[in-house]
Amino acid sequence: VRCFPRGPFVPSGEEWDFLWCDVTGLREHFDRAYLEEHVRICHFRNHYELSRKNYLVRNLKRFRKQLEREAGKLEAAKCDFFPKTFEMPSEYHLFVEEFRKKPGVTWIMKPVGRSQGKGIFLFRKLKDIVDWKKAAGHFIWALAPEMETGLAGKLRLCSPPFPHTTLKGETAPEQKDEAQIETYVVQRYVENPYLIGGRKFDLRVYVLVTSYVPLKAWLYRDGFARFSNTRFTLNSISDLYVHLTNVSVQKTAPDYDPEKGCKWMMQQLRQYLTARHGAGVVGALFAAMDNIFIKSLQSVQKVIISDKHCFELYGYDILIDQDLKPWLLEVNASPSLAASSQEDYDLKCHLLKDTLHIVDMEGRLTGKETRVGGFDLMWSDGPVSRGGELGAPLGGGCTANTHLGCYNDRKKQLRELFGNLPA
Amino acid sequence: QVSLHKPEIKLESLKEDLKDFLKVSGWEKKLQNAVYSELNVFPSPCHPAAPPEHMKEPLAYMRKAQGSWEKRILKSLNSMCTELSIPLAQKRPASEQKELLNKWNEMGTDEPDLSLFRPVYAPKDFLEVLMNLRNPNYENGEQPSFRNHLGLIQVPLKVKDIPELKEDFSELGLNIGQLGIDDSAQVPPEFFENEHVRLGQKVLAEQDSAAAQQYVRQGCPTALRADLWALILNISNQPEDILYYEQLKSNVIQYDLLVDSLIYKDVKLTASNDDYYFVFEDYLYQVLLCFSRDTSVLEHFAYSSATPPKSYIRGKLGIEEYAVFYPPNGVIPFHGFSMYVAPLCFLYHEPSKLYQIFREMYVRFFFRLHSISSHPSGIVSLCLQFETLLQTHLPQLFYHLREIGAQPLRISFKWMVRAFSGYLATDQLLLLWDRILGYNSLEILAVLAAAVFAFRAVNLMEVTSLAAAEAVLADLSTLKVMPLLQIFLFATVT
Repeated sequence: VRCFPRGPFVPSGEEWDFLWCDVTGLREHFDRAYLEEHVRICHFRNHYELSRKNYLVRNLKRFRKQLEREAGKLEAAKCDFFPKTFEMPSEYHLFVEEFRKKPGVTWIMKPVGRSQGKGIFLFRKLKDIVDWKKAAGHFIWALAPEMETGLAGKLRLCSPPFPHTTLKGETAPEQKDEAQIETYVVQRYVENPYLIGGRKFDLRVYVLVTSYVPLKAWLYRDGFARFSNTRFTLNSISDLYVHLTNVSVQKTAPDYDPEKGCKWMMQQLRQYLTARHGAGVVGALFAAMDNIFIKSLQSVQKVIISDKHCFELYGYDILIDQDLKPWLLEVNASPSLAASSQEDYDLKCHLLKDTLHIVDMEGRLTGKETRVGGFDLMWSDGPVSRGGELGAPLGGGCTANTHLGCYNDRKKQLRELFGNLPA
Repeated sequence: QVSLHKPEIKLESLKEDLKDFLKVSGWEKKLQNAVYSELNVFPSPCHPAAPPEHMKEPLAYMRKAQGSWEKRILKSLNSMCTELSIPLAQKRPASEQKELLNKWNEMGTDEPDLSLFRPVYAPKDFLEVLMNLRNPNYENGEQPSFRNHLGLIQVPLKVKDIPELKEDFSELGLNIGQLGIDDSAQVPPEFFENEHVRLGQKVLAEQDSAAAQQYVRQGCPTALRADLWALILNISNQPEDILYYEQLKSNVIQYDLLVDSLIYKDVKLTASNDDYYFVFEDYLYQVLLCFSRDTSVLEHFAYSSATPPKSYIRGKLGIEEYAVFYPPNGVIPFHGFSMYVAPLCFLYHEPSKLYQIFREMYVRFFFRLHSISSHPSGIVSLCLQFETLLQTHLPQLFYHLREIGAQPLRISFKWMVRAFSGYLATDQLLLLWDRILGYNSLEILAVLAAAVFAFRAVNLMEVTSLAAAEAVLADLSTLKVMPLLQIFLFATVT
């Protein structure tokens, strides 16, 4: 099985049963073609509710409020895995208020529609973003007094934050009105990331959602940690190679050595952390990550246009801080399937194969499975515990049916599952 | 001391009271551990009339060979020194000292020009020397045949056969639970794993070195490994130890040694290019640079066949008063040396503790992998053991490989010299090193090397060249060490 590249656009009029496609032009597929019962497509129509940073923030905030109303403060606190974030320019004033409350804190500015680390920069002073604002043409913003004095220092940006035409993902409705102005989010930067060998890293985890109503989500056992190529320090916030861990960014670093690779497989990371902190602490960390996946999906559950033809493989980016608390950085609806090494290639091939097994075009599954290959059923209209009971509340004696970073004997499992059918 | 002033203490029972006190305060355990540690490291006392060289190495021809090898290494080092006009050691100017101190935690970012430096030797050079070892008292005029040894090592040392190994490594038997086998996903943890973890926690609570050493023969649980190894090696990271490490560090800051460049080069060539160890690059410098300056390492030469090289202050060649050991710890690093340290970075994060663990591992085990001696854990014995196991139990394979010019030792030598570091997946390597510590012996390396060949025998029978054989054995990262060992020792028809 070859790794699928991002499929080219399927011309209209052609028959297809299964479409693995890019998110651009997604609307066309939904609007034009009549999708038969058995057809499957690899994206939800409005996946951007989860994958665009500003929508994700809105959905999470709304969900948190709802949880607080319904279940109290303690339950709502479980949503505190997203660093404080404000949409720009709409929440600019709220941001300035927060900014003034906590001086000296580092913030990170990210364009909502771009990927691979483009357009991101860090700052500590409001005057640092004056230049940026002027360049982006955001004259509609009222300047805060601090910003009227003095101009920013030099900023090193990955690419100019100008309005552009190649947005990642579907053109969201609001974008059409503000076609000239690019939306950003400004987020509290996690200043105390967990370091290994003095380097910062983040985690890429794969979650497969086959339905939102009811919510059915699978967690893949493999994943990886992406290391920044340089040692972490808060001294040089303009040095993006220190702070951004995307492989795409690291690839352009001056001392990047493609032979080296900057990734650890999830198993390796889990072993390292267990050796260092013990199994209990690490178990709690991974349980907290499970919580992130579930809550984030729940927050968009009612908003995503439910369609039985759709499934989606998300790439979650998680950052762990020094207190071993995981933070959600973002969710990718089109996680990169390019491979940086043989190990990486194998991971992605297996990931795709198992995704196809779950989508089950051939109708081989009964629907009661809690594991298919490297995927464990994490949520099926309720938590799934290791005993195989669906809907049983977690805690007490039940542990969740997730095995992130654990041994992935997928071939064996698939053999057991499918018997002698060709895989 | 405070309790001794108590009125209950009477002169008559002082001896007993002292013993009780030691027991209660935990000092008895610590003393026991320290004594046990010494017993592990030092060879048993030999005949009182035996000269000190015998504690290093009883066989004269081995001593001689080691001596010539050392001369060669030193010559190579000196000529590099002269060629590049770099002194073996010099004091750093103050500005350089300050810079190095600032960069202490990120020495890996330094990119000095190392192109002119070459490693002093590589494992294959060492193998050539071992191949030429001969015992002058042993006449072996017969033609090579199946009654003789067909391998590269031609010295008559006694090595164990499988029945003896089965006895020695009895805890690896089929009926006994092992980590690395019985903790896999298919086996419910109640069968073995949970109880083993509980036992491990108990051993740690008791702080008993001997018990720990026995325990780790069945493998260490990941979460307990760091503490168990420290217990076995008797490392407790006391304030004195931390202070000692800081002194070594200041030594590094003040003085620049030629071997530093060799270390840099080695780290950049090996560990930094490893898919998993690259992250620990900075720790490796922090350990190895200090290690070179640690004169306490010189103590191990009392029981090692090696002798530290001597160097003379400039202009005073030959005058003993001006002789110093060079490098200060007497150990000249070779290509791949940094791989001894890299796996330990997975377990220890505090530099001084990491340092002490490595130093202890070196003076107990690793030094035997690159010095010529007759010790059963010495590399010569390991090579002979490997070849003998292969020839005895896989004769067809051995003969085939020999015929196509692919002597098995040529491939497995590098694995054993590095104790498999960098060749196995990290978790597997740590399970292997658990057993090295548990049995206080490196023989398991030879057994594993043979087991790997046995495992890939089918493919190896089909190759027709050394290069093809190397290719079959190039990637060991998917191997599971414990099943291989268990099958080879206990489940192969002999």
